[in-house]
Amino acid sequence: MATRFDAVMARRGEIMLKALGMDYSVFEQSPIAFDYEGMMTAHGYSLQDIVAIQTKAGVGNTPLLELKNLTDVGRSMSAPGKGARIFVKDEAANMAGAFKDRRASVSIHVAKEKGYEGVIAATSGNYGAAVSSQAARYGLKCIICQETFDSRHIGQPEIVEKSRICEAFGAEVVQMTVGPELFFHMVELLDVTGYFAASLYSSFGVSGIETLGLEIANEMTALTGAPPTHCVITHAGGGNTTGTARGLKRAGATDTQIISASVDLSGLHMASDDDFNRKSFTTGHTGFGVPFATWPDRADVPRNAARSLRYIDRYLTVTQGEVFYITEAMSKIEGLERGPAGNTAMAAAVSLARDLPRDATVVVQETEYTGAGKHHWAQLNFAKQMGVEVRSGDPKDNVPGKVIVIPERPEQIRAKDLDVARMRKSYVRNALKQAPEGYLPTADDIAFLAADTNSDAAAVEAIIAELKEA
Amino acid sequence: MTDATRCKAGDWVEVERVLLEPADRSKNLPPETAEKPLRMWIKGFAQAAGTMGDAMIIETMTGRLVEGTLSAINPGYFHTFGKPIPELAHVGVDLRARLADYHAAQADGHAQADAPADKGGA
Repeated sequence: MATRFDAVMARRGEIMLKALGMDYSVFEQSPIAFDYEGMMTAHGYSLQDIVAIQTKAGVGNTPLLELKNLTDVGRSMSAPGKGARIFVKDEAANMAGAFKDRRASVSIHVAKEKGYEGVIAATSGNYGAAVSSQAARYGLKCIICQETFDSRHIGQPEIVEKSRICEAFGAEVVQMTVGPELFFHMVELLDVTGYFAASLYSSFGVSGIETLGLEIANEMTALTGAPPTHCVITHAGGGNTTGTARGLKRAGATDTQIISASVDLSGLHMASDDDFNRKSFTTGHTGFGVPFATWPDRADVPRNAARSLRYIDRYLTVTQGEVFYITEAMSKIEGLERGPAGNTAMAAAVSLARDLPRDATVVVQETEYTGAGKHHWAQLNFAKQMGVEVRSGDPKDNVPGKVIVIPERPEQIRAKDLDVARMRKSYVRNALKQAPEGYLPTADDIAFLAADTNSDAAAVEAIIAELKEA
Repeated sequence: MTDATRCKAGDWVEVERVLLEPADRSKNLPPETAEKPLRMWIKGFAQAAGTMGDAMIIETMTGRLVEGTLSAINPGYFHTFGKPIPELAHVGVDLRARLADYHAAQADGHAQADAPADKGGA
């Protein structure tokens, strides 16, 4: 007998079509390929239109700050001639406290234009605050579905704070226990309310982030005479990387290296009731980063606008302890007290900058708000309560869910490269799985996979040949 | 005025309900999650007076009527920053000292570099 879960999920396509206000089927080209750029531009808004929407919504134009002390800490441990300049885009200055305002602003604008009465998003992150804030400004109703608690009704302080801020903006927050069925309930609510699906992964949301790349290119050019040589981006579902990279390219910054960074949470299961409160990070971690990069279309839209492998040059991981150290350092030597998850890229940037020439420029493209619960002290106190050991030492000994090791010295902060070639291969394997048994990829499919992995046809063909052999 | 265990109609409250029993959950869950129900909590205005644990209908902020079990009355937020983390106490002290040393060394270096004809430029 079909369960209620199965029944709702069986109608998912039809419900989402109505709730997204956009028919994704027109972009499909084959069982593998689709028209990505066509999907991204189908909303008809130019980058300048989006700047105008965001200006009206009170979003964007955040300060770009040079972190001279952090740069000097890097130089104090670099070889002669090394130690790049580090900058940060202070996205916490957005109305709801994170770059997610950019993402929400376009979705909510579209929902209002199309005449929806309300919006729904499934998110335990800053995006919930952003959607709630923008919905309040546009006079739309708002429901946020949030994975908040373990089965004992205990929630990470960071997520509990995000419930609070959404409710402060007048949203209805549906708090749930651990499990991917969060998405099932969102679909069920979209069906009964007829509201707009303000998905993190729609073209509206990801287009909204392009203005961040545009601002960085323009502001760095004004400040240093050129766009940044490197942009380091905290990576969860991949929208931040995709949108920022697209914006940089559209602003002409085609030489900027795009570097994703995630907190290493390997060993922890994202749907585990036991692991849920032992992660110490709610976002920006490999538990979202790797699965979404290697198969973006696992998202709540038919085709995900966030396709990070198209843009990534490198993908770095850092440990929990390294991020908490850098978050504390930012407060103490830069006077910037910000939320820990948003500093993931900062920890990676400090490691990266050490090895780059002094005239290289590294931009960390976001910060996020901080406050009770959403603070590295709150997260560490909570980790201790959950039985996670917190100690000083070498971050190499950090074990997610068991031991958080705070570095003794900044020299110990060393980001690790994920194998992007392996991720591309994994992506191709996942893409081929979508096609029916026996389907042979066409030249157009190969070209699509090459674009979607930022590689070339020969590389994709080599991967396909290798997969056939295995 | 409500006390901790009773609410009257119109009070801001929270209700709890089970969304999916274990048997109805997604099939791809680790055992420790699969064996538990998917529960939810939601806040709104009580549609009638009630006592904690009573069945209750609330009107949420979007105007939806949701039925559940009364689980909290005027629920608050009590998350904090907590105590300073001893393992982080050295960070600010160390880095400020390091910067002072680095800047002093740079100033010395520049003084030496400036002494002979400095034609190198930046």
